[in-house]
Amino acid sequence: MDISQEPDRAPVKRDKRLGERVRDVVQTRAFLLVSIAVVFVALLVLARFQGVSGERLLSLAAWGIMLGGIIGLGSIGLTLVYGVLKFPNFSHGALVTLGAYFTFAFLAWLPQSEPLRPLSFGWEFPVALVLSMPLVGLVAVAVDRAVYRRLRRQNAHLVLFAMASLAMAFFLRSIIYIAWGPDFHFYFPGRANPALELPLNIRVRADQLFILVLALMLMLGVYVLLERTRIGKAMRATADNPELAQVRGINTERVIAWTWLLGGALAAAGGTMYGLSSQLRPEMGFWLLLPMFAAAIMGGIGNPYGALAGALIIGITHQVSTAFLDPTYGPAVAFVLMVIVLLVRPQGLFGRGGG
Amino acid sequence: METLILIKSVLLIIPIVLLLLLLLPARRWRLPMAVVAGVVLAFALSASLPSGILAYSVSFAIMGCVYALLTLGLNIQWGYTGHLNFGVAGFFAVGAFTSALMTVEAPTGIAAQYTQMAFGLGLPFLVGVAAAALVSAVVAFLVAVPVLRLRMDFLAIATIGVAEIIRLIFQNERWLANGPQPLRGIPQPLRCLVETQGCGWLPPWTTTVLEPLTPRDYPLFYLTIISLFVAGAYLLMERACRSPWGRMLRAVRDEEASAAMNGKPITYVRIQSFVVGAVIMGIAGALYAHYTVTIDYSHFHALFATFLVWVMLMLGGSGNNRGAIIGGFIVWGVWSGTAFLANAIEPLLALIADDLPRRAAYFRWLLVALLLAAIVLFRPQGLIREEKRVSRYLRE
Repeated sequence: MDISQEPDRAPVKRDKRLGERVRDVVQTRAFLLVSIAVVFVALLVLARFQGVSGERLLSLAAWGIMLGGIIGLGSIGLTLVYGVLKFPNFSHGALVTLGAYFTFAFLAWLPQSEPLRPLSFGWEFPVALVLSMPLVGLVAVAVDRAVYRRLRRQNAHLVLFAMASLAMAFFLRSIIYIAWGPDFHFYFPGRANPALELPLNIRVRADQLFILVLALMLMLGVYVLLERTRIGKAMRATADNPELAQVRGINTERVIAWTWLLGGALAAAGGTMYGLSSQLRPEMGFWLLLPMFAAAIMGGIGNPYGALAGALIIGITHQVSTAFLDPTYGPAVAFVLMVIVLLVRPQGLFGRGGG
Repeated sequence: METLILIKSVLLIIPIVLLLLLLLPARRWRLPMAVVAGVVLAFALSASLPSGILAYSVSFAIMGCVYALLTLGLNIQWGYTGHLNFGVAGFFAVGAFTSALMTVEAPTGIAAQYTQMAFGLGLPFLVGVAAAALVSAVVAFLVAVPVLRLRMDFLAIATIGVAEIIRLIFQNERWLANGPQPLRGIPQPLRCLVETQGCGWLPPWTTTVLEPLTPRDYPLFYLTIISLFVAGAYLLMERACRSPWGRMLRAVRDEEASAAMNGKPITYVRIQSFVVGAVIMGIAGALYAHYTVTIDYSHFHALFATFLVWVMLMLGGSGNNRGAIIGGFIVWGVWSGTAFLANAIEPLLALIADDLPRRAAYFRWLLVALLLAAIVLFRPQGLIREEKRVSRYLRE
């Protein structure tokens, strides 16, 4: 076999085969958006087919935005840790739950004030939230110091990090069970929070609007932190390319600590809001884990804005699907979206490559 | 009374010999030694132990065998190929429910209003196990194809999701397997041996010989059956892992690029090992269902069916089938033992807070979680490390 007999064996430019052309088309951002849109429209059509009214669908979509905000707060921390430390943190759901329960504990400790109508809570609730956020951030940093930093020093394989995070998920969850028990809790049991009538016949509770506003404010804070401060820039640089960041004199350990602090605090906020919108259960964070991962993957790992966009898509799709599907199937809806992303464009909506 | 002890001892021989074969070092005297010691031990144990303790040890050993099978299945995935399967519970549940749906006879009359289920074919035990293996292979294949083309960490996320969704399906869908209510009356193999009328298809003398046994002694038969399954799976896995196929798995795990350069189809190999592991997990599920007789979705919680299995494999030694089985038994022992511990510390907890004693059970979770973290941090290779020698034709 003489290679020189076939001069066109290794051409510089070669016509692409049909399969490659199809793959090039399929892997574009536009195709992913179209496939997500197809799923969404299919859900809407199914809902209409089952006789769900348009107004109800609009209300569900409005709640979906709120749920997307909650998932988004959780997934920002998840995607930053994933980007900086390169491992999927399975204990993030436990941080979400822990945040909700810390707020619950602070509420019992703070003096009760009159509810700020039409909201269902008084001033003590935001105070408790502000107290619980840094506390969960510190818990995340402490777990990092106790477990993940040792693994980093051993240069352990990344799957060991993932496994350690699974162990920490069960550790934190068992602490929650021991401290607060397996029963449901409410922040304000038995307090009425009637729905407001908004234009277009959208029915939303005031608490849900509060959640949305708070989520937006926190997102804005994250934006300012990541874009305008030194540590935020260092964080993005480390998520992008850790070696290069180190070469440029960025203290990686410090960046990692800040990432955990930020991720933990946002997870606590997300958990508290989820607890306010429904109730507190020790498993709540575990149920949110899959939607959070789906949002992080959909947005491109390490990209907080992408995670937010993914979370909104997942939140709305999830809520609209409850029009005709059992609401407990929420993780399944998120999972289907995640599989679509993995099949079409594994680097996510905002990931690099593919066009 | 004497014949009862005699029959029990005979039934215990096979499991004990198999256990000794597993524990003794691989020397020439292993087989005769195990057989002799096994027979002596079986007679000594059934003669000396009170029947309550014997029954407890047998049920402990059966659950240990179920976990040993799960750990063996996970070992082929994680130990030999490096798959992070955080959804063991899903394949376990699929196996258990498939076998149950195949072997239970569909209820008729009034019972049909209380128990709704699909299939209900009333097929024999072995057909149920085979169906469990087949269905969990199909599920594993469907999960593996989209995910295993990609980065390995996506598999962990996807499997944790799949396990949760499988659990949700068995929780919500009443028509499939009686929804949130338990599915009852899963038939047990060879159960007729301990019933008074005996088995129709066996010669009549068996009924006379097994006369002294009561239905309470049935787990002894089941222990023999399940330990044979574990032994079979172990031998098969050992053979597979020492074959060219096993070497290919390790090559793909350790040196993906050079394995690909040597013409190994990386993605296909990964899918193969994932499916093989899921088949063993499905069989474990089927054997669990036939042992407990009644199953529902809550049996397939991520803690019992995924997390414990991971702790077992990591403790025993990933990449070592012997270690996997031994780790399974040790951690199952620790888990069962901490139940007594939780009872013991209850009065102590009552001094701290009123609510705490009721939550004593969760201290077991805490302990097991810390155990896994400690293994990952201080001894990731486990008790028995992987044998580096991949072929007996290679010198050390």
